[in-house]
Amino acid sequence: MLKKRDDFEDILEERRNCSDLRYALKCYTPVVYKGLTPCKAGVLKNMVLQSDQLHYVINQVSKETGKAPEDVQEEASAILEEMAHRMQLSTVRFFAFTLCKVFKTLFRSICVNEEGIQRLQQAIQEHPVVLLPSHRSYMDFLLMSYILFTYDLALPVIAAGMDFMGMKIVGEMLRMSGAFFIRRSFGGDKLYWAVFSEYVKTILKNGLAPVEFFLEGTRSRTAKSLTPKLGLLNIVMDPFLKGEVFDINVVPVSISYERILEETLYARELLGVPKPKESTSGLFKARRVLSEDYGSIHVYFGQPVSVRSLAEGRVNRCQFNLTPRHIPKRPSDDVHSFVNAAAYRLVRAQEENMVLKPWVLLASLLLQNHHQDLDQDRLTEEALWLRDVCRQYGAFLHWPDHVPPSEVVSSSLDLHRGLVRISEGRVPAGPSGPGVHPGAGPEEQLLNQAVVVLSCASYRNQALHVFLRPALLASAMHIATSSNKQEVFNSFSFLRNMFSNEFILCPGATMQDFEEACFLLVKTGVLQITEQEVLSTHRGHRTLAFLTRMMDPFLQGYQVICMFLCEEASEALTEKTFIPAVRGFMVKQLLSGRLRYTEVLSSDLQKNALAALLRLGAVLKTKGADQTTLKVNRVMVNSLEDTLGKKPLQHLWFEFSS
Amino acid sequence: SAFTSGVSLESSPNTMEHIKCPILQEIMKWNGWGYVDSKFQFNKKGQAEFTGKRYRLSGMVMPALKEWFESTFGASLQHKTPAIPNSSAVQPPILNEAFVEDLKSTGIPFSQDAEDRVFRAHGHCLHEIFALREGKVGRVPDMVVWPSNHNDVVKIVELACKHNVCLIPYGGGTSVSSALECPPEETRTIVSVDTSQMNRILWIDEKNLTAHVEAGIVGQELERLLNESGYCTGHEPDSMEFSSLGGWVATRASGMKKNIYGNIEDLVVHIRMVTPQGVIEKSCQGPRMSTGPDIHHFILGSEGTLGVVTEVTMKIRPMPEYQKYGSVVFPNFEQGVACLREVLTLITNVFAGHALKPQKFYITKFKGFDPNRLCVATLLFEGDRERVLQHEKQVYDIAAKFGGLAAGEDNGQRGYMLTFVIAYLRDLGMDYYVIGESFETSVPWDRVLDICRNVKERIIRECKERGVQFPPLSTCRVTQTYDAGACVYFYFAFNYRGLSDPVHVYEQVEHAARDEILANGGSLSHHHGVGKLRKEWMRETVSRVGMGMLKSVKDYVDPGNIFGNRNLL
Repeated sequence: MLKKRDDFEDILEERRNCSDLRYALKCYTPVVYKGLTPCKAGVLKNMVLQSDQLHYVINQVSKETGKAPEDVQEEASAILEEMAHRMQLSTVRFFAFTLCKVFKTLFRSICVNEEGIQRLQQAIQEHPVVLLPSHRSYMDFLLMSYILFTYDLALPVIAAGMDFMGMKIVGEMLRMSGAFFIRRSFGGDKLYWAVFSEYVKTILKNGLAPVEFFLEGTRSRTAKSLTPKLGLLNIVMDPFLKGEVFDINVVPVSISYERILEETLYARELLGVPKPKESTSGLFKARRVLSEDYGSIHVYFGQPVSVRSLAEGRVNRCQFNLTPRHIPKRPSDDVHSFVNAAAYRLVRAQEENMVLKPWVLLASLLLQNHHQDLDQDRLTEEALWLRDVCRQYGAFLHWPDHVPPSEVVSSSLDLHRGLVRISEGRVPAGPSGPGVHPGAGPEEQLLNQAVVVLSCASYRNQALHVFLRPALLASAMHIATSSNKQEVFNSFSFLRNMFSNEFILCPGATMQDFEEACFLLVKTGVLQITEQEVLSTHRGHRTLAFLTRMMDPFLQGYQVICMFLCEEASEALTEKTFIPAVRGFMVKQLLSGRLRYTEVLSSDLQKNALAALLRLGAVLKTKGADQTTLKVNRVMVNSLEDTLGKKPLQHLWFEFSS
Repeated sequence: SAFTSGVSLESSPNTMEHIKCPILQEIMKWNGWGYVDSKFQFNKKGQAEFTGKRYRLSGMVMPALKEWFESTFGASLQHKTPAIPNSSAVQPPILNEAFVEDLKSTGIPFSQDAEDRVFRAHGHCLHEIFALREGKVGRVPDMVVWPSNHNDVVKIVELACKHNVCLIPYGGGTSVSSALECPPEETRTIVSVDTSQMNRILWIDEKNLTAHVEAGIVGQELERLLNESGYCTGHEPDSMEFSSLGGWVATRASGMKKNIYGNIEDLVVHIRMVTPQGVIEKSCQGPRMSTGPDIHHFILGSEGTLGVVTEVTMKIRPMPEYQKYGSVVFPNFEQGVACLREVLTLITNVFAGHALKPQKFYITKFKGFDPNRLCVATLLFEGDRERVLQHEKQVYDIAAKFGGLAAGEDNGQRGYMLTFVIAYLRDLGMDYYVIGESFETSVPWDRVLDICRNVKERIIRECKERGVQFPPLSTCRVTQTYDAGACVYFYFAFNYRGLSDPVHVYEQVEHAARDEILANGGSLSHHHGVGKLRKEWMRETVSRVGMGMLKSVKDYVDPGNIFGNRNLL
């Protein structure tokens, strides 16, 4: 189960010893895709504007709207102008210099797997390359370009959201360092889509630069991987499927932050404090950030994945034989399901190579500890236990074995002192940061507490993918009515289905996931599985309890939402009012002590739950003139609530409060 | 003859007189391409030469060939893999005695001689020739019969039906689709119907410019005879020295001058075929008919599964007044393809043919062009002198727009000549651990470059994955152009030292290459046909319903599967 992973190299180490300026001005001669002729930004724009694809759509739009083709062409040109990158080496060098300074202040180290870099270098020469980094911070894409510049690799062009454009100067500078900007939503805009997709494909097909984008679409505020977005992945796979290139290499990149810059920002956002608009001044206000210690970053360049081998036997490429390839077509069902499956596979590849720091384990343990203050020795003991479990599950854990465990724990707690207070060697029950003022009102206190809890949860979430399948099995055993294997499987399948908007669970892989969970838990002596039954062993109790508790906040969260929908939701409930209404309901429940997990206040969980209920048909959307109302199927929601809780909720609360 | 007298032949001692009708068989290799006297070889000085007197290249020494051969394949003259001089174990014939008796009474010549049977048991696929060179022979026909006219064929087919004997029509034996391979599971007597004696021009109609010809005639003979009367068909497939008119019809052949004269389906006016249900033909020679689906198209491409084509009326034309070769060098393949496309849209009639080949070994250097990327187009113009010259200029002007430079008549003529000797090169390679083959497809214009790139790359990739120790030769050329697309040839060869089953590796790679062709919008075949080699892709190529249509024709025409070569379906 333990996978061989590459070793890391700290790229900041050299920077601390020699001139940043010389580094930024170094000779930069990246290897390029074979047969590449260098291409100016203007040439690229012309290639796009003169492509058959775009011509076709321009004529189509012109016919549909009655506008003159020249006018539509103008529009296309303007869209391209707004979108296109204008990479300039001088700007890149400026960033390289500045980032050196910033990184050295913020981080202890930036560790990169050099073997991954070598593989990438090889891949760039062979076929067009797509870089797919995980997305947890604004830092991500600057960091990526910084690393590639450091290693003398071709700088990528990066798909960035338009919101960056709000930051006037910075936006332009990002553009000059390779970012191109896409509007957040352009659903029905044919012309926009055509310009955009042709722009990306032209860069890719000609191997002009690696194309980089975030499969998750946006920064994950919870540190859980997000359900992959398929739009751009569809675009970059298209040239292969249509035979325009022999193959495309897709490289998943896992960026793990020991401490995320946006930590509490995210938590506030999840609790409903609106997200500050990206603005240059906002970024500079963040200067306070510069005085803090954010630990280290690990960047792991995964194994390049050949799109050709992914598609082998899954997509019949002959389907493109009968229409001219420049006519845009909706992806067929098999292409769609292929791209979807590939997307999940790639997100999982990102997850697998995420480096977990000891703090992730501590956060997981602290979140489960509601009863008493922990003394640090006890916490250390538990962390060591969890470390071993983690390793058995094949996690990519960076636990410094040469340092005494107690030091590992205390230095982790110290780095995250904003989230945990330690007094006299004791860690108080549950996470509690300095933000919790006893003088504030109960609701405010609750929310302040929630900020800390959600921040901690975001660290626990980094390890979720390691435990997810066993944890679903543990919870399934808990809610199943017997230990009968089929029943446990049914419960597992139910939970998996219920939570498939919450976690990365590949569609159609229920059986595989079940088997993987069984395999891990049997291997580690937690379960015994016979033909008929799934039984827990005596020594497996601790693990099962840990795993079940890990899932509990999610189960309870979904259950409370079901309860809300049955008991409180009015006929006038709309998509827009759903989150505030649920939040209000939850706050009441929490304050009255009938609900344990403050974590359920996360709007991410609430949105995911709603998406799941819509998917399952327990809630129906009706589009009205100006708003979308939600219609609740009470019978179904009720039964989901029961299944999630197995026992009536009251009973559970009793358990929790005893 | 390749068979020494020491080989024991299994025919019974009291066989009927051994009739030696075949002419070509006497002068052709039994385990390689072409004439016995013509081949590439390395002389004592290690220089390549081409033997014999038949070709312009014959008797010439080519010092550059050795270097090209060694550097392209990593081959060495020290490592030889000579062919085994004879074949030992030919299975004794399975004879349907009643059929043999009845056949004897017709007086049509036939033979059970092992040499005759082996000669007609194969085409020229790599695996077929490779096996022969190793002296391996599988299922072969049990008898060979030589009808001398249409009526003989009628009699043979009647007897075959009466006695349930399997017939396999045989023309020039140049198939590259395993079409001539005897199905190993066939238990009936297999009779090879060799049409080579049906080789006369029956009449020429100068008013309508048609000729009525027996289908066994070989291409070069047909042209020679017509030329005597001042005519030509203009149908010149690369195999025209050996392939027959009947074979062209049965495989939907294409010739290099098709831009002027058309492909075989454009050239035939009337076809006569003998089937188990009787003779199929049209009642008149109208130049075009609207009488339901054209029954010629059941025959064209039927690959010997429905009957024997016996006589064909073909269009003929006066021999061209003037002929001129030419060639153009392009800086790269992309420019060359773009140019051909343009030429085609502007010029018709005079531009007889061309071939566009990257990295050819007869032009390796050209001023200012990257030798690794340059590409050569060979051209042939035919017609009245004035128009030829006029169009020649037009073509070179267009070529110039695409960076092409005229490279002279000689290079053009050499290019055409090479078309005929290139097949001999494979035999040379096979003497030195190098095996290879060419295969073709047709593809819409917009996909030509993509398919070339991807298939070449796929071949290289597959070779690597299957343990081929040396980088393979993987190249291509555009040999035919149409309004809507082009015919593309792929050449693939590699040095197989270190491989235990090189032919299997070869076949796997070719299979993968064909998958790649289909995935890139290429056809299953432009003119080689399906045979048994490409059967597995037929269904996806013509659809389930299409298959059903073809099957129902077969079921009606030949319910007893007398024409049991099992090609196509």
